[in-house]
Amino acid sequence: MPQISLNTKNTWCPGCGNFAIEAASKKVIKKIGVENTAITAGIGCHGKIIDYLNVSSFYGLHGRPVITATGIKIGNPELKVIAFTGDGDSLNEGISHLIHAAKRNSDITVVLHQNRNFALTVKQFTASSPKGFISNSSPSGNIEEPLNPLSLVYSAGATFIARGFSGNVDHLEKIILQGVQHKGFSFIEVLQPCVAWFDTYDDYRKNTYIFENTPKRPLEKINEWDYESDGKIPLGVFHKEEKESFEESLKKGKKKLNTKKFLSRKV
Amino acid sequence: MNDIQIIISGAAGDGTKATGYLIGKILNRCGYRIFIHEDYSSLIRGGHNFSVIRATRNNERCIREKTDFLLSLNEDSIEYHLGGLEEGTLIYNSDQIKDREGIGIPAETIAQEEGAIIMKSNALLGALCKVLGVDWDVIGDAFEGFPHSEKNLKVVRRTYDSQEKKHQIEKEKVASPMITGNEAVALGALEAGMQSYFAYPMTPSTSILHFLARLKEEYKIDVFQPENEIGVVNAALGCAFTGKRTMIGTSGGGFALMAEGISLAAMSETPLVVVDSQRAGPSSGVPTYNGQADLNFALSPGPGDFLSLLVAPGDAEEAFSFSNLAMNIAWKYQIPAVVLIDKDISESTFSFDENVIEGAEKWDEKKERNSKNYQRYQITEDGVSPLAYPGKKAVVKSGSYETDEYGVSTEDSEMIIKMQEKRMKKEDYIKEELSKKEAIKIYGEGDKILFCWGSTKGAAIAAGREAGYKVVQILVFKPFPVEKIREVVEGCKEVVVVESNSSGQAAEILKKYILVGRKILKYDGRPFSKEELIKKLKE
Repeated sequence: MPQISLNTKNTWCPGCGNFAIEAASKKVIKKIGVENTAITAGIGCHGKIIDYLNVSSFYGLHGRPVITATGIKIGNPELKVIAFTGDGDSLNEGISHLIHAAKRNSDITVVLHQNRNFALTVKQFTASSPKGFISNSSPSGNIEEPLNPLSLVYSAGATFIARGFSGNVDHLEKIILQGVQHKGFSFIEVLQPCVAWFDTYDDYRKNTYIFENTPKRPLEKINEWDYESDGKIPLGVFHKEEKESFEESLKKGKKKLNTKKFLSRKV
Repeated sequence: MNDIQIIISGAAGDGTKATGYLIGKILNRCGYRIFIHEDYSSLIRGGHNFSVIRATRNNERCIREKTDFLLSLNEDSIEYHLGGLEEGTLIYNSDQIKDREGIGIPAETIAQEEGAIIMKSNALLGALCKVLGVDWDVIGDAFEGFPHSEKNLKVVRRTYDSQEKKHQIEKEKVASPMITGNEAVALGALEAGMQSYFAYPMTPSTSILHFLARLKEEYKIDVFQPENEIGVVNAALGCAFTGKRTMIGTSGGGFALMAEGISLAAMSETPLVVVDSQRAGPSSGVPTYNGQADLNFALSPGPGDFLSLLVAPGDAEEAFSFSNLAMNIAWKYQIPAVVLIDKDISESTFSFDENVIEGAEKWDEKKERNSKNYQRYQITEDGVSPLAYPGKKAVVKSGSYETDEYGVSTEDSEMIIKMQEKRMKKEDYIKEELSKKEAIKIYGEGDKILFCWGSTKGAAIAAGREAGYKVVQILVFKPFPVEKIREVVEGCKEVVVVESNSSGQAAEILKKYILVGRKILKYDGRPFSKEELIKKLKE
């Protein structure tokens, strides 16, 4: 098996929450096998993970790693496909792809690097920035309320929904692995503090807690935290459901038609 | 009768299109070459729709101003088309239209009596066939496989028997298949090994999606309708990344949404075939009418400086051959290839010359690379790096950023230059390969030249023949066949360019290399008729 790490220069800020996602993902990919894996990413700090992992990858466009992942899964259903994406990437630019991938139960895993701002473009608000968030595009405070991506993908039909935190790599590894092993659409939000522009480590350390059992009423658990107040933040698997995946439902035929045969029907 | 034009006209939902196709099918079986032009509005019911069926012995693929038979289902359609009828015959639905000169058929009454009013269009077909002197056997055979064929044939029989024979048309043993341009585009790609087709509905490209969705199991291909055109192109790149030959289809607006993805195809060197079927634009424009104004955009279909192929077939056979070529070039050179067609190719029906199938090719990929030392962007002499796909030993790193040979993002100035040059140097090899293909086609002789492209080809050939022009059709726009074009205009007295846009986009491209005299332009969404173009050429 090839080395899973690439000998490249890591350009994340020291202390960036992305390091934990990288560490957890490497362990997961080692378990499922590098050769069985393909990863995608969009554009943003999250995407740099592509250059650190020696795994087959398609470093896509901003907002598009989720639909590209579905394309890969259609092309080769044997692959485990993980789409790394950010909040700017998939809650702003490419939110339609996220909703539809959940809706069609595409058999891919989406790891949302939730740092709650556009970091690589040096601090603007995203769909999950809290109201009042001061940024370069909201100098007097964000006037919009944050979006809860878990409740979004739940209502869209996601069959696996979990949340982890960069402060706990072991737990992160556990839930990403569960997500990858889940048949159907799995969504893992990772609370990933941005040490440069929105350092939420202390808040998350104080407020997060891990729950063990998948709740009977997922939405209640999902709505426990509103991305605004400093209430408790549950971490764990919110929802898991068995359902035929999109790629399984794409009926595979048997080739029996060619041009000549087709044309004979058109005389 | 060597040349017949029939118009069948009514409201949307009247079944005129299906009947028009059947008339074409019947005459096709009588040895005529068929061309059917569809004119319809962007609505589901009502409005005014018509099909123009042109049946010729010399395979003219355009409409005429003069019509021989007008089959009218309502007053509106008479108003619209009577002018072109002159000495022709009107066959009309007398349940809707007051008495006039011609053949009145109580089409709705007959259809109702035999089971369903929807069959009223076929009631007019029966009368037409008798007047033309078509054998009953031919009609019976042509209805085979048509929904509720027995009931329909009862309707047709009644009106057939009600008329007197005025002409005599013999049936022929061998008839060619009749397909639309959109079907031909799909077939050509399938012959080149297409395994996936992704699209979001947009007229006039939509029937490619319908056709392949219906036959996906028989062809064993994946057909996917994602959330939007941006999804289409990005999913297609993911799919092609795994080695599956993938085509996507759209029209102008959707093509614009795909632009960033097409640029990504070029940057990531992921093979991709994009079909853009033009309609009258700009923007939403006139969705169900024709235009040829995406040419400039399709020449440079995304941000950045990159290589792509642009082919512009002009009829069903060329749609077949050039989508086939596009798929092969896209994979051989790992570039995006655009097949530019227009509504009058996509939705028109053509008697299809099956001989072109023999010319179809399927690029044979050298054995997939699968070593641990694989480098996705290995620099090679011709700029083409070996392909490998995820799922095996090779780690395949691909994407939108500039990278080193392994596929890791880079900002190194030397590497940026090397990689840009690597991608661009494929151009010479593509040019060399295309120099052996028919990048332009020449029809007729003379020292006056009429340039055309896309669907205007049909009218250009017909009009050029009568007005004394040698017609030159451009089929490849990128790389532009400069030498061939310079050669063909050598010593000519006049160069005229005909196209369906308001600025003369092809003419402006030609002006860079040759002297262009006149432009004949049309941008009302309608095709050139033969007479109209002859008149313009003689002006």
